[in-house]
Amino acid sequence: MVRFILTRVASAIPTLLIVSITIFVLMRMIPGDPATLMLGDLAQPGQVEALRRQMGLDQPIVVQYLIWLGNVVTGDFGQSIATHQAVLPLILDRFSVSAIIVLLAVLLASLIAVPAGMFAAWRQDRAGDIAVIAASTLFLSIPSFWLGLMLLMVFGLWLGWLPIVGYVPFSKDFTSALIYIIMPVVTLVLVESGSIARMARASTIEVARLDYITHARAKGLSEPAVMWRHAFKNAFAPTWTLIGLILGSLLANIAVIETVFTIPGLGRLMVDGIYARDYPVVQGCMLFVAFIYVVVNLVVDLVYPLLDPRVTA
Amino acid sequence: MIARALGLPRFRFNGALGATIVTLLLLIAVFGPWFAPYDPLKLGLQFRLQGPSTAHLLGADEFGRDVLSRLIYGARTSVWIAFSTTLFAVVLGVVVGILAGFIRGWTDRLLMMVNDALLAFPGLLLALGFMAVFGASRNGIIVALGLAYMPIVVRVVRGTVMSLREREFVEASRVMGNSEIVTMARHILPNCVAPVTVLATTMFGWIILSESALSFLGLGVPPPAPSWGNMLSTARPYISQAPHLIILPGLCISITLLGVNMLGDAIRDWLDPKMQG
Amino acid sequence: MVQGTVSPVLSVENLSVGIGPDGNKVVKDLTFSIAAGDMLALVGESGSGKTMAARAVLGLLPPPLTVTPESRIHFQETDLTRLPPAAMRKIRGARIGMVFQEPMVSLNPSMTIGDQMAEGLLLHRRLGKAEIRDRCTAMLERIRIQDPAKCLAAYPHEFSGGMRQRIMLASVMLLKPDLLIADEPTTALDTLVQRDVLDLMVELTQENGTSVLLISHDLGMVSHYVRNVVVMHKGVAVEQGRSTEVLLAPQHDYTRRLVDALPRRAAGGTRSEEKREPLIELKDVVIDYPGRERLFGRSPGKRAVHGVDLAIARGETLALVGASGSGKTTLGRAIVGLVEPSGGTIAFRGRKLIHGRDEQGANQRHDIQIIFQDPYSSLDPRQRIEDVVAEPLKLDRSLDRRQRMERVREVFDEVGLPAELARRLPHQLSGGQRQRVAIARAIVRRPAFVVADEPVSALDMTVQKQILKLIRDLQERHGFACLFVSHDLGAVEQVADRVAVMEDGRIVEIGSRDDVFDRPQHEYTKKLLDAAMLLDRSFAGSGAEAKVAAR
Repeated sequence: MVRFILTRVASAIPTLLIVSITIFVLMRMIPGDPATLMLGDLAQPGQVEALRRQMGLDQPIVVQYLIWLGNVVTGDFGQSIATHQAVLPLILDRFSVSAIIVLLAVLLASLIAVPAGMFAAWRQDRAGDIAVIAASTLFLSIPSFWLGLMLLMVFGLWLGWLPIVGYVPFSKDFTSALIYIIMPVVTLVLVESGSIARMARASTIEVARLDYITHARAKGLSEPAVMWRHAFKNAFAPTWTLIGLILGSLLANIAVIETVFTIPGLGRLMVDGIYARDYPVVQGCMLFVAFIYVVVNLVVDLVYPLLDPRVTA
Repeated sequence: MIARALGLPRFRFNGALGATIVTLLLLIAVFGPWFAPYDPLKLGLQFRLQGPSTAHLLGADEFGRDVLSRLIYGARTSVWIAFSTTLFAVVLGVVVGILAGFIRGWTDRLLMMVNDALLAFPGLLLALGFMAVFGASRNGIIVALGLAYMPIVVRVVRGTVMSLREREFVEASRVMGNSEIVTMARHILPNCVAPVTVLATTMFGWIILSESALSFLGLGVPPPAPSWGNMLSTARPYISQAPHLIILPGLCISITLLGVNMLGDAIRDWLDPKMQG
Repeated sequence: MVQGTVSPVLSVENLSVGIGPDGNKVVKDLTFSIAAGDMLALVGESGSGKTMAARAVLGLLPPPLTVTPESRIHFQETDLTRLPPAAMRKIRGARIGMVFQEPMVSLNPSMTIGDQMAEGLLLHRRLGKAEIRDRCTAMLERIRIQDPAKCLAAYPHEFSGGMRQRIMLASVMLLKPDLLIADEPTTALDTLVQRDVLDLMVELTQENGTSVLLISHDLGMVSHYVRNVVVMHKGVAVEQGRSTEVLLAPQHDYTRRLVDALPRRAAGGTRSEEKREPLIELKDVVIDYPGRERLFGRSPGKRAVHGVDLAIARGETLALVGASGSGKTTLGRAIVGLVEPSGGTIAFRGRKLIHGRDEQGANQRHDIQIIFQDPYSSLDPRQRIEDVVAEPLKLDRSLDRRQRMERVREVFDEVGLPAELARRLPHQLSGGQRQRVAIARAIVRRPAFVVADEPVSALDMTVQKQILKLIRDLQERHGFACLFVSHDLGAVEQVADRVAVMEDGRIVEIGSRDDVFDRPQHEYTKKLLDAAMLLDRSFAGSGAEAKVAAR
């Protein structure tokens, strides 16, 4: 078991390294002098020179990469051209906003969709199943930003129940904060439930065919007991992997939701950074999100053996 | 339930509806320009933000441009981009996947390391990064999304090739004296077609969604050229005055995705028993 | 039908199983009964309906199959067909236990053995956790598991197939049911292990006075353990009675065919003894399995074959027998070039073979072919049958297209494939037909040597006999030598001239077929023969009683 954990963690490191190389290379592909790009058009020649030396631009590219990597690892992501703030703290701040929405949405979506999917599998080909499949297919075909806009239109403009713009951090006022994030969270929940439910349904159907389910019934267990005690853990495993993937991909896709509901999150930071050619910010966001994604998948992998003990063998 | 009422097995219903929608989409994309009542870029400020009327069947946008025409051209754009990207991702992915799965050894390890690193970027992130470097443009989107989705194709192809390698009919081919290349071309490649087709259909849908998301963020198809995504984006300030500008493009995206998903499901169901061999 | 003086524990009357009242029936009007403490077997090939009949007893039919209204299943005093679900659940596990076929999937991979064993007890008896644990431990000791405590905490994938089957038996018998339904409990296991598991089943059931309903396709095995048998064919019981009577004097046509298909030694066992120079010669062949790939380097490999010497003469059939893991398949694969030996030499016609080429570099592949075991994966699902058989001919430059198709038609004829199958795809053929295709493909270039790797193990008994006869006939006609790899001594008995026995990568005995079968020298050979329960040896029903008496 320990070996399993160590191998998994160890194999994440080369991935992270290559991720960092990719981002480094990508940023260097932007035409223009890297130092000038980092400081923006209004920089003084003296500042540019200093930065050039610091970045080691006269050195071979590998050394430049190592210098950059060294900075990143110690938490120095550079400075935003627009605001001259240090990038990392800025990212962390915005991340806390996005993270709450994403985590909440995935949690709620799972709580709704997993039982729904299992229920559909249980009632395969009957009314309940068809309803669940129809709803799932429908929801996963709707773009999240459009759904968000429609909700905004209906509940914000026409009915006036919920605020249209803005965000209140939880630290300031719990209830207001809750009200402001209802619509973004609901949008995400609706959209993601579709794919989670379908996966849960498919894997439950797979599992229900296997002999150990019949064996469990042959012992005299009632249907609910069979489903819960025997089917659930084994059926949940592939869904769990999917949830990890969704969590990760939402970190990138959250940008559209933040745009629709005007929320100061990480996605918005990156997009604004791209508009403004604020490359330190863009680079920092990419690094950060990719890092979180790798970590999330690592955690998913480490939990997997709890669901399927065959994996550590 | 509708299927039951019609007496059709469910997957046929899915397939039929999905195929209809997709065919309609393709027809609009290809022949649309002949039917579009107006030039999508033509301004008509006297019609600004009008709802559906006899002059403009689906209304006009904030510059007075005809919404119906813009939707039609938007379909054209989305289909073109999705198609090219899928082709790009699939061709590249199949080549890399086969090399990795068949040759194995260090080639495989190296290719998979790079592939896993590309996969380490969630969804849009890599595409956003590329757009940051290249700037928003149609070809840029195709390359960006193509590179973002290619790793999934590589994974699937490599997986299929690796499981096929050990199947007895592949061994039989070797034993009868066929060279490795002939074995691969005659036995492995054709058996990869089915899983790749299923994947390609699903990817087509994802790419339409991604392209519209990028356009919505302003990092996709640059205005004034219409894309359903950027139409939604530019309509946002007018959400209270002209709701049709918000409803219609999104509806188009949703119906398209629904059709593609249903068709993809039906294709998967159809190919499944055959895939078992 | 066996009539006991005591009322039977299970009495099935007019059982029909199908889809809806008018749909196709997989079981038609089945009637039989089992006396208390007795054993009865439902025997038949695939599609006979025997498994569905067994499942119907416990109400575990997969939807959409249902039991028809006229059916009656009387278990002791109760009619199971009329029982509400809650009452049925009380009976399941507690009074009727069931053991399944595939040990791989019949135990839940994510629950510990202990939890799964305890489940039945927790459900049906009011016992404390400690008491349950004690009983489980005692039962594990009873089935001779080394470390019961460790076993209880372990997961199913940590055990071999045979162990899992014994554990499943043990956990079902913990509840001391009145009836045990065993659905092909040993089909997926090795010969020696099969013996083990069946002996255990007999022990446990006799101890507790449990009656047994055994489902099997293996008439030979059944005849050793069970006194009463019901032969099923296409859902109908074609014959029933005492196994001795049914086997020695079958009344029904189908039963006769089935008994006929049982392994019987082919007349004129060995071919002429004349010394012939060997076609294939193995000297000191060593084959290693590479270890699993780990993050840094590989874990150490395993030696599959330890220095084997073997010679096969022209036109003869040498059988290579042993349990799974003995290295026999690996050896066969090495000869055709699918596996590289790590040491020693393989010579063909006196010249060393490396990767299918001899020392002068000429490709010998056309002369050495293989027939694989699994007819379901040895054919490319996308290739038409005629293309499958024609493919090897493409490598023979001397034949043009017309000649190729000519040869294909010839071979189709030789293996008994009707010409209209030529344009079909593999999934449209039966298992037996597919295996004929595989054989056709192997012999189409008239090789001098063919490795047959368990060619009939995946087939029904009656089909097995046909295919074995086919192989023998083809050999007569074309004169190729054959290495027949198998764990099934019954099949071997029908085709082999000489037999070599392998254990753990070494050849422990080798000789003519009659010598090895009638006068085995090595311990392991004796064990294998004993476990094979061949019909010519000890017989019908007496085996079970002898076991108990011996204890």
